[in-house]
Amino acid sequence: MGMKIGIPKEIADGEQRVALTPETAGRIQKLGYALQIESGAGEAANFSDDAYRDAGVEVLPDAGAVWGQSDIVMKVQQPSTDEAKMLGEGKTLISFLWPAQNEDLLNTLKEQKPHAVLAMDQVPRISRAQKLDALSSMANIAGYRAVVEAANNFGRFFTGQVTAAGKVPPAKVLVIGAGVAGLAAIGAARSMGAIVRSFDIRPEVAEQIESMGAEFLFLDFDNEDSGTAGGYAKPSSPEFREKQLELFRAQASDVDIVITTALIPGRPAPKLWLDDMVKAMKPGSVVVDLAAEQGGNCDATVKGERIVTENDVVVIGYTDLVSRMAAQSSQLYGTNLRHMLDDMTPEKDGQPVVNMEDVVLRGCTVIKDGDITYPPPAVATSVAPKAAAPKKVEETPEQIAAREAEELRKAGSRTTMLLLAGGALLLLLGTVAPASFMQHFIVFVLSCFVGFYVIWNVAHSLHTPLMAITNAVSSIIIVGALLQIGSTNTLVTILAALSVLMASVNIFGGFLVTRRMLAMFQKS
Amino acid sequence: MSIGLVTAAYVVAAILFILALGGLSNQEKAKRAIWYGIIGMTLAVVATVGGPGVSNQLLIIVMIAIGGVGGWFVAKKVQMTEMPELVAGFHSLVGLAAVFIGINAHLEMERALAAVADGTAGDLVGFAGTIAKKSGVELGILKVELFLGILIGAITFTGSIIAYGKLSGKISSNALTLPGRHMLNLGAFAVCFILGFMYLSGAGLWSMILVAIISGLIGCHLIMAIGGADMPVVVSMLNSYSGWAAAAIGFTLGNDLLIVVGALVGASGAILSYIMCKGMNRSFASVILGGWGGAAAGEQQEVDGEMVPTTIDNVVQQLEDADSVVFVPGYGMAVAQAQGSVSELTKRLRGAGKEVRFAIHPVAGRLPGHMNVLLAEAKVPYDIVLEMEEINDDFPQTDFVMIIGANDIVNPSAQDDPNSPIAGMPVLEVWKAKNVVISKRGQGRGYSGVENPLFFKENSRMMYGDAKDSIDAILKQLSI
Repeated sequence: MGMKIGIPKEIADGEQRVALTPETAGRIQKLGYALQIESGAGEAANFSDDAYRDAGVEVLPDAGAVWGQSDIVMKVQQPSTDEAKMLGEGKTLISFLWPAQNEDLLNTLKEQKPHAVLAMDQVPRISRAQKLDALSSMANIAGYRAVVEAANNFGRFFTGQVTAAGKVPPAKVLVIGAGVAGLAAIGAARSMGAIVRSFDIRPEVAEQIESMGAEFLFLDFDNEDSGTAGGYAKPSSPEFREKQLELFRAQASDVDIVITTALIPGRPAPKLWLDDMVKAMKPGSVVVDLAAEQGGNCDATVKGERIVTENDVVVIGYTDLVSRMAAQSSQLYGTNLRHMLDDMTPEKDGQPVVNMEDVVLRGCTVIKDGDITYPPPAVATSVAPKAAAPKKVEETPEQIAAREAEELRKAGSRTTMLLLAGGALLLLLGTVAPASFMQHFIVFVLSCFVGFYVIWNVAHSLHTPLMAITNAVSSIIIVGALLQIGSTNTLVTILAALSVLMASVNIFGGFLVTRRMLAMFQKS
Repeated sequence: MSIGLVTAAYVVAAILFILALGGLSNQEKAKRAIWYGIIGMTLAVVATVGGPGVSNQLLIIVMIAIGGVGGWFVAKKVQMTEMPELVAGFHSLVGLAAVFIGINAHLEMERALAAVADGTAGDLVGFAGTIAKKSGVELGILKVELFLGILIGAITFTGSIIAYGKLSGKISSNALTLPGRHMLNLGAFAVCFILGFMYLSGAGLWSMILVAIISGLIGCHLIMAIGGADMPVVVSMLNSYSGWAAAAIGFTLGNDLLIVVGALVGASGAILSYIMCKGMNRSFASVILGGWGGAAAGEQQEVDGEMVPTTIDNVVQQLEDADSVVFVPGYGMAVAQAQGSVSELTKRLRGAGKEVRFAIHPVAGRLPGHMNVLLAEAKVPYDIVLEMEEINDDFPQTDFVMIIGANDIVNPSAQDDPNSPIAGMPVLEVWKAKNVVISKRGQGRGYSGVENPLFFKENSRMMYGDAKDSIDAILKQLSI
């Protein structure tokens, strides 16, 4: 029997997500695990106890039972101190943890002597781990929801329209920070019809921004090491920051909606949308601050609140955007967890193996066998800037012309050489060969040239029929056999007769098969 | 029929053959062009049989009838996927016929010379009669031509048989590499030429039969050393050889029609070989000598990332979401016999208003244009089947690419990695499309043995399993 996985109800304020959905339940059971869930855990995300029962999940009456009976506990939010104390010895916990910010929690968990504690926020940002990267899947939802909230608070259309009642200009949206959330916001705003601009201090994401249909605001600033660390942006220098704010200031009076998503891991969010920019905005404009949890990118943000400034700009600082879409986010988070379990259970026998050689599992594991294993050793990320590929030197038109002329000249002189050599050979041949041979030779050379020009025009798609028909045609050798078959020498006659036989197989077979093939080619 | 009339018929036949080959420039003209070929051949045979110096007409008719029925039977029975081995098999017949005719020419020559010595040359008719009138130098040249005809004919004969065996799976398609194989070939050729000189200076029939046997062995060994994916080049090369053999016999017999047609076929095969080699960015010599050209200088780039498998559900979803779809078929499609299913899928997708096209790499399959024929057989309209140059620029605007049993022809390291053995080979730039799904039997590498970074790209997904089964499963789930 496989291990038991338990899912307690989330107790954090306003948290509506749940770590298991009936759909992911089925898939996790296939890995050999038994599942149990606290009654009512999925209610806020519209998953009833019955739905879980139908999926084969045992429903337990309270959190104590879940924590007590399960070998593995899966949660969304980091456990409270009380919850942490319920984690039994030798058990495993998988949840968001934020170990850098929660040293005390980490120590409390360690005291419980668990088998392992895995933090879903510590998944390394490498390609292989994308499917269990919960931060990305949550950020995607947050970005989408930010646009929905903005639209809800914005008094106009996003898309431009020309109606009988007059013309409506499209809304202009500025997205600051083009991480996963920023890109999701760009996509959502674009699909609603807005004009979207975006800025990110990493110039290499310009292509991604443009691929989503937004305009990349280019900042002309040299000597800036805008490199990334672990796939996230690094803090920038004061001079760079000034330039950046200047760029935003210029946008403030023009844009209708600002969505800020700038975060630097382990630090307060950088202030990028200052009070004077909020003041410069038109009345009715909306700012959605996705960094509110970490203090906000906007000066006016109040964590968890929607406020209206003196000049009628709405500033939204909700920290529960993801939770507001609980059904969707539970589904994606649940799938991330399932992939995590998938990685942990190579034998699919319900027995998890926390393999510390595996980069992904090593990164997530913060406590193993009673020891704190955070932070993990550095992992090279796939997003790290690659050594610049040697670029082809762009040629000017003159250089191209010169090169082409040179190539043409070379080709020309090659042809001349070939002609000269060929001519010399022919002359040599002509001095020894008798006239009768030379007559045939002319025919031969000319036929080669004719063949050369004719065959180049054959369509590529007809190369197989070409081979079949040339095969049939090459049986013209039958003529040679026919000329010999009348010989008085019996051996000659026999050999010639056999040749006629073989050549006629070829003639009939070759032509028929070519016809069959050509008849198949049909135009649509 | 007089000599003049026969010659006139030959001229007309030669023109008809040129028109037949030229007519293959597009699919509609081609259906008429084949008739030019058939009429040309009939004209040539009838004129020859009716011409002076040909007797034994009854035997001729019987032989043509038997051969005709045999050919007709094979052509009706053959599957379109067996086309490569059929063509190779047919070539062997031309090669053997060339050897026989060459030997005959020698026998006739001896008879003619004996008659000249006896003073009864006047009684000779047909081929022997023409030889009797030749001067000493002409006879020397005749011997050279005869030697070349037998040499090329024998190589074509055995080479084609080996190619047939490899293509039909009767012989392992792996390249056989004997130690010192280049020296072996070179030595055998040297022996042939020595025998040729001996023949010129008076050696008898035995020398020519030895030449036929040795060059037959060369043909065997040459083709044994060439691996499966290089077969398109081999088949077109043998095609070319069968033409040159016919031309050489034409010289021997002093027959211009044979020379013209042999040269046409020879040129055609040579050009096809050249196109194939260019498609692989390899020199003709390196293909014919077997194996991949010289070892690449320096380390190949490491491939990081992983192959991510996908599910039929996901592929169906992607197909339903895509507006433009491109299929890239390779030899694997022919092996899995998946062309019918692919065609059905194409029909359904086109019915739903999606743009569906096929991208054909010059060396996809085992015969030049092999994929086109298979798709045509499955009733995929030819105007949506495009060549590499026609479609390569469209990949960035393509939503979904499905690769069916192809590997090296979609390998990005040909462009990115100067140290790769296939560096510089033109490839289909499928990785520029939004989503790529690769239908593949397992995780193995392509013919070149080069790792394919395409499979590790973030927009690539692997669909493991038999191509036909996978596509049939997609067809079942597709809701359009």
